[in-house]
Amino acid sequence: MIAPLITAPGRRLEAAWPLLSLIIILLLVAAATLWVNDPEIDQTVTEALIRLIVVVGMYLFIGNSGIISFGHIGFMAIGAYAAAWQTCCPPLKPMIMPGLPDFILHRSLPFLPATVIAGTLAALVAFLVGFFIMRLSGVGASIATFAFLAIVEIIYSNWDRVTAGTGAVVGIPVVVTVPIATCASIAALIVAYGFQVSSYGLSLRSSRDDEVAARAAGVDVFRQRLIALVLSAFLVGYGGALYSHFLGILSPDIFYLNLAFVTLAMLVVGGVGSLAGAVVGVLVVSATIEVLRRLEVGMDLNGMTIRLPPGSQEVLLGILMLLVLIFRNRGLTSSREISWPRRPSLHGSIDKRSVEQV
Amino acid sequence: MISTMLQYVIDALNLGSLYALTALGIGLLFGILRVINFAHGDFISVGAYTLIVPSTNALAVLYVGALPWPLVVVLTALSVIAVAMLSELVVFRPLRSSSPATLMIGSFALSFVIQHLILMVHGSRPKAVNLWPELATQVELLGLRVQKLHLVTVGTTAMLLGILTVLLRATRTGVEMRAAAEDYQMARMLGIRANAVIGGALALSGLLAATASLLYTAQSGIVSYQMGAPLMMFAFISTVIGGLGNLLGAVFGAFVVGAIEVALQATLPDQLRPFREAFVFTLVIAILLWRPHGIIEARSSRERV
Repeated sequence: MIAPLITAPGRRLEAAWPLLSLIIILLLVAAATLWVNDPEIDQTVTEALIRLIVVVGMYLFIGNSGIISFGHIGFMAIGAYAAAWQTCCPPLKPMIMPGLPDFILHRSLPFLPATVIAGTLAALVAFLVGFFIMRLSGVGASIATFAFLAIVEIIYSNWDRVTAGTGAVVGIPVVVTVPIATCASIAALIVAYGFQVSSYGLSLRSSRDDEVAARAAGVDVFRQRLIALVLSAFLVGYGGALYSHFLGILSPDIFYLNLAFVTLAMLVVGGVGSLAGAVVGVLVVSATIEVLRRLEVGMDLNGMTIRLPPGSQEVLLGILMLLVLIFRNRGLTSSREISWPRRPSLHGSIDKRSVEQV
Repeated sequence: MISTMLQYVIDALNLGSLYALTALGIGLLFGILRVINFAHGDFISVGAYTLIVPSTNALAVLYVGALPWPLVVVLTALSVIAVAMLSELVVFRPLRSSSPATLMIGSFALSFVIQHLILMVHGSRPKAVNLWPELATQVELLGLRVQKLHLVTVGTTAMLLGILTVLLRATRTGVEMRAAAEDYQMARMLGIRANAVIGGALALSGLLAATASLLYTAQSGIVSYQMGAPLMMFAFISTVIGGLGNLLGAVFGAFVVGAIEVALQATLPDQLRPFREAFVFTLVIAILLWRPHGIIEARSSRERV
């Protein structure tokens, strides 16, 4: 527990530093983007910030519980479609999605409540699914989450009257900009950090490190995992809602294996075990993807055009992830939080241990 | 009535055979490395793409696939085994001492890399491939008209199961593999060569993947860079139902999944039929809850404290 250690106001700042430092990094990224003011970079940064919300949501469950989940992109799809049902295109809606219930068929909700409701729906589904899946452990749980992802994909691709099937839902208002995405991702960071230092987060982490010992110490592992899954599904669903208001168009294949891979790669490259890992992973992988994407389109370097064949972006990203797994399997941040730069000498060694474990 | 029932049985056996071939490959590796090999489905895609000339054109031209069938089988098997061995060298060997979660993510990354390498060479569009059209004809069997291809599929699977059993029971490497699957640490301490055992398992799973890819391509007539994913999904489910790490269980699970799928196809009302696979997956989660270690529990799957 970190709370009793903190007495003086300075130490409170030190305790909040892992979170504050990440918020400062995001604000710097956002400020730099606004200053450069290039539409293409705006797009890239907005998308990265939305993915940050999703990856932070995944981290909240995967990082704290130690269970690898492939199913979170399913929650993202649920959130994205739920938001589109509420805000999409009033005149077109009865034609594209005639199966929607009456109370949303002919009206539109504003952006903000719609995204919160979308996140809540994802959380609700997570509760229902998690009530069963969270009884499993280890590999069984991971496979079940994979099956969940497939189930969501199959349902959303075939439920023509509500999701427009494999066709696309178009005309979703595109309202998410860099400032909105920044605020939302900072909120996600606060939720995730608040969870991980709460008693819920700590007991879940204890079950991750040693399940038997945690049970012996009275941790209800099923309950803690379920709570984390619901909260993380809310964040991921919320991220999905923002994503649909960033793309303006939705189809079920957006939310399948490729996105599941990219988001998981972000988490693993940065470091699964820390919030800093999630943030660093998203920033590094997004930057890498952007450079590779531009190389695929063709880039002019001193009159020489460099052009990679399509698919090389994904291949190189996969290789990057394998390299991190082989040579630095705790991720670029070694799954540590960013700690206060100047360490007081008196309780130094004790602090070091407790901060790393939290 | 009886003939329709028999027809369903043959369909279920045919589907179950394809799943069993895939599930065995996944089960073999899980037994020894404790890795859920996500790349196994992509080994199958590699086999299918060996058949055609590499090009990004929409029209597929048979290359290896146009040769006499024994050559097709050998060349496909060699190419898939080569990819499997390469995967072992580059991915599984460096990760061998990592946690199961890390290995699983590693195989997921490997799967992603193979898929997109195929996409780079062959393009992203699915292509029609006409492999062994002479097998598409039907023959009379017990008053039923059965496609030759289905008979070949079931027969080949039965034969491979037999060969695999002999290999695992009667050869030195086979016995070592079974020992490693029981208790890897102990087996190593008793002097079993880890590289040979894991290499052997990967080669065998490559051989199984190659067979599955030929039969699957001949049946579906289409290749695409993510074609292995659904097969792998069903095979995962089969191994989980049968009890992870239990080879006999994996085969049993595969036929159960095949039967469930055919039964759902036959009984679901029209508007629910597209959701058929969602039902299968839901059923699997239900089975997992009922029996977290599968219907036939492997001795080695219980967690030791």
